[in-house]
Amino acid sequence: MRTPLLLDIAADAAFDRTALGSGEEMIDFAAYRARASQAAAWLASRGKANTAFLGMNGELLPILLFASGTAGTAFVPLNYRLPDADLNRLVARTAPAVLIADDDMLARIAPAEGIELIARSDFEAEFLAGPPPAPADLPEADNDIAVLLFTSGTTGEPKAAVLRHANLTAYVMSTVEFLGAGEDEAALVSVPSYHIAGISAILTAAYGGRRIVYLPAFTPEQWVATAAAEAITHAMVVPTMLDRILDVMEQTGETLPVLRALSYGGGKMPEPVIARALAKLPHVDFVNAYGLTETSSTIALLGAEDHRIAFASGDPAIRRRIASVGQPLPSVELEIRREDGTPCAPGEHGEIHVRGEQVSGEYLHKKAVADDGWFATNDAGWLDEGGYLFVEGRLDDVIVRGGENISPGEIEDLLRTHDDIADCAVLGIPCEKWGEKVVAVIVSRSGRPDTEALSTAIRAKLRSTKTPEQWFVRDALPYNETGKLLRRVLKAELAEAACAE
Amino acid sequence: MDLKPGSRWKSAVCDAQMVVVRPPSRAGELQCGGAPVLPIDDPALITGEVSPEFAEGVAIGKRYIDEDSGLEILGAKAGKGSLAFDGNPLAPKGAKPLPASD
Repeated sequence: MRTPLLLDIAADAAFDRTALGSGEEMIDFAAYRARASQAAAWLASRGKANTAFLGMNGELLPILLFASGTAGTAFVPLNYRLPDADLNRLVARTAPAVLIADDDMLARIAPAEGIELIARSDFEAEFLAGPPPAPADLPEADNDIAVLLFTSGTTGEPKAAVLRHANLTAYVMSTVEFLGAGEDEAALVSVPSYHIAGISAILTAAYGGRRIVYLPAFTPEQWVATAAAEAITHAMVVPTMLDRILDVMEQTGETLPVLRALSYGGGKMPEPVIARALAKLPHVDFVNAYGLTETSSTIALLGAEDHRIAFASGDPAIRRRIASVGQPLPSVELEIRREDGTPCAPGEHGEIHVRGEQVSGEYLHKKAVADDGWFATNDAGWLDEGGYLFVEGRLDDVIVRGGENISPGEIEDLLRTHDDIADCAVLGIPCEKWGEKVVAVIVSRSGRPDTEALSTAIRAKLRSTKTPEQWFVRDALPYNETGKLLRRVLKAELAEAACAE
Repeated sequence: MDLKPGSRWKSAVCDAQMVVVRPPSRAGELQCGGAPVLPIDDPALITGEVSPEFAEGVAIGKRYIDEDSGLEILGAKAGKGSLAFDGNPLAPKGAKPLPASD
């Protein structure tokens, strides 16, 4: 099955429903498909294997995604936040490609073999302006790869994750009800196009029949203003966005009364932030979604009811589920495995493995799924007795101190419960005595953190081996733009300082 | 009749349209309202009557399955006829929708 089918059937059944944008600029489902098919005919005429995109969010993006699929090219959104040299390395890797780039980004692209560079304004003038065209009639394409996404590269040179049409359509059809959205529903998309959630948002909204409104790029002020002005009912945010959104709502007094559902994912949500969000937006259903690029987005989720039950519960085993990512989707299999590959018991920590049609587990020129279809996520985690999944971060981030595996997550969670801790990271730094030692980097609200008291609290609640041996105080921690803590950057900075002692 | 995943079909006797989500494990005929379905781009007009035996209807967004062969169909447009695979009625698949997460 191919991704353009999702738009095709929606456009046949709900042709006059608003699909993209609003007001005079709105594009209905019939025009959405027609414009995508005209763009597809042009892309197909270029004869390139890939369609790359470098630019801000906007209506062009979903049209281009479907056009690329219809034309039989792989869609490759590029990260405009990369330094020029890194960006141009990725551009070269997308060749042969048509590259559509925002006008103010054109100058950043060095001429490269096999790259046909097109200004966004030219492309939009041709395919987005004027009255909707008649749909172009194209033969069905037969390439398998729908999207190539370069992973964020926090661990080195970015890998090109392969998402096949079969993976993406399986994900959409197993998680979304066809035209299940009400005509009044609108999703605000602020994650960038080169993030898996930016891609899955397009596909699920088309199939579900939900209007998409784009923020060109995220700012909390714009997000709140747009959500209010466009009567947004649904949105997905990463943790760092939510905290800033709540700040703006507090400053402006905006309550977003029509917002119904807010999903979050893409990183660990600090519990105080979600607690604040639940209190501030009691009319909103919160969904915590866990997934990876390699799994076509969500593989487990904690629904609204789960949030409410967990928060209201006096039972610590239920209450702590607020920090879980809920249960695996019915359409995927999920297991926690030990290093030797055997399955973990409930409560036992190991590596998260997943299998299902939406799981690609594949990079360009390198398949990472086992022959039996299981994909090792490289995420550490555990399942509780009720099957709720707790994710503890990348396996590489687990600290190995004197042979003991220590997960930074539980120490960080504990630190965050202290009022003075605005943000924190716990890392393993190489040391001679233990192999690695536990250090904490904290952002203090008062500027005078009491690390003695913090150490005592951790020793009492966890154990002495998990108590940071060194404390570093910072004004802020480094994050990438989708809210992922750049642990490696911190680690490299600290390694020298910590081991000098 | 090649019922491959993603293939689109329409009823010959009512307004229903459908998409194959999962193919059947064996060759057979997909029927709607008691008559074989047609490829979506078939120019034939709707003719004939919905058989009273197959008149439960196709609902938009609903999934229908034939347990025996594994065939799974998505209702893409509603119609009066109901689906069958070689004469065996397809059963509506009960699935609780998941909350939006993207």
